Amino acid sequence: MNFSSIQIKNIVTTASLLTLFAVTGAALVGVTFIQTEDDIKYNEKLTLLRKLNNIIPAESYDNDLLLDSIIIKPSRLLSTKEESLAYRARKNSQNVAVVFSSIAPGGYNGSIHLLVGVKTDGTLSGVRVVKHRETPGLGDVVESSRSNWILGFNDKSLSKPNDKGWKVKRDGGIFDQFTGATITPRAVVNAVHNALLYFEKNQQMLFSVNTDQTEAKTKIETIADTEADTEIDNSKQP
Amino acid sequence: MTDDTLKQSSNQTNKQTKTISQNGLWTNNVALVQLLGLCPLLAVTGTIINGLGLGIATLITLVLSNSIVSLIRPWLKSEIRIPIFVLIIASIVTTIELSMNAWFHELYLVLGIFIPLIVTNCSIIARAEAFASKNNLFDSALDGFMMGLGFTLVLVVLGGMRELIGFGTLFANAQLMFGPVGETMTITISENYPGFLLAVLPPGAFIGLGLLIALKNIIDKRQSAQQTVVIQDAEPAAS
Repeated sequence: MNFSSIQIKNIVTTASLLTLFAVTGAALVGVTFIQTEDDIKYNEKLTLLRKLNNIIPAESYDNDLLLDSIIIKPSRLLSTKEESLAYRARKNSQNVAVVFSSIAPGGYNGSIHLLVGVKTDGTLSGVRVVKHRETPGLGDVVESSRSNWILGFNDKSLSKPNDKGWKVKRDGGIFDQFTGATITPRAVVNAVHNALLYFEKNQQMLFSVNTDQTEAKTKIETIADTEADTEIDNSKQP
Repeated sequence: MTDDTLKQSSNQTNKQTKTISQNGLWTNNVALVQLLGLCPLLAVTGTIINGLGLGIATLITLVLSNSIVSLIRPWLKSEIRIPIFVLIIASIVTTIELSMNAWFHELYLVLGIFIPLIVTNCSIIARAEAFASKNNLFDSALDGFMMGLGFTLVLVVLGGMRELIGFGTLFANAQLMFGPVGETMTITISENYPGFLLAVLPPGAFIGLGLLIALKNIIDKRQSAQQTVVIQDAEPAAS
């Protein structure tokens, strides 16, 4: 195919025009990104810290929660499929509590993501729902902004109530279900109970002191090992 | 130019301004008449504040994209105008998204995916193509503003309806947009309102929008009926 010089000129101007706009657009986005980067990072940290402070009151610890974190391997008790972070709260170098994420797989509409805070004595410091797809108006009552139900976990532990009590009322336990939604609270109660079991089995590892990244990695493996053991134990129990 | 022609041209601009405003707010309203951008419209109008947040973001996008498209008219080639529009709109929306993430972080978290989705709001590219690529800067910016305002108003009204019926509140979570002052803005109609699920769920959005469109059509019909009556009254006098 042969192009006349006019056609070629036309193609070249069109292409360069398009390139010019692409470059200008990219430059605009790039500049904005650099300008807002620090603010966005700061916001994300603040949002996370606010979430954590809902579970562990800010006055009960004096370390930097966000820095004093440890990576935990996927676990069957927590239903996590990816590595997640556990944040440790300490005061005067004494362990206070640890916050880690847990997933309730049996929600009405997929998984419910939780943040669970456990104090050193094994009692719950607090539980919050971070992400869920439950029906608005029915299952979303587990959100702290919708009702106080989730606060009912505060100060509960593996022994208070006992194993039988860790169910919703309909199943003979002590936790309320909601009108029209039993599946959601059942899933959450179950997940919190499992999270407490996880804490009991991995407490030492969860509080182990390290801020160094390389050290963190060796710790993960030890945690993974112990966990593999505990999970075999679990399967033997029933 | 004589005084007369000056007056005439300013009259004409006034008229043009009025037509553009009327078009954007009522006659050719993006949400009620063109029925464009329904996906975000239906998805985020759970509360007034969510609607207002997305509405303002869309309004800013419309004004900026219309202005830029109008400014580059001389260099615009018809073969590549659509990709260029898309580039411009995508850059603007990404910029707005980053800014909202930086300055209205919590509102950004609530609106989530629907801010980047403004790119796919057909009304923006439609205005660029149908209006801004043919008109001057002032008219284009005004058209963007009025279209955006019309869209925002529908979002706010629909959000208000659903929030009131669904939760029994108005202006809940206003602190996301107005800071600490906003917390006092929330109006609770009744402390023990049981809530009405249908209004909160997506069907409630469709029903609400349907009612708003019906209302607009009723008002339009009344108005045109009144106008015919006036014309009929006037006719005998003229003859």
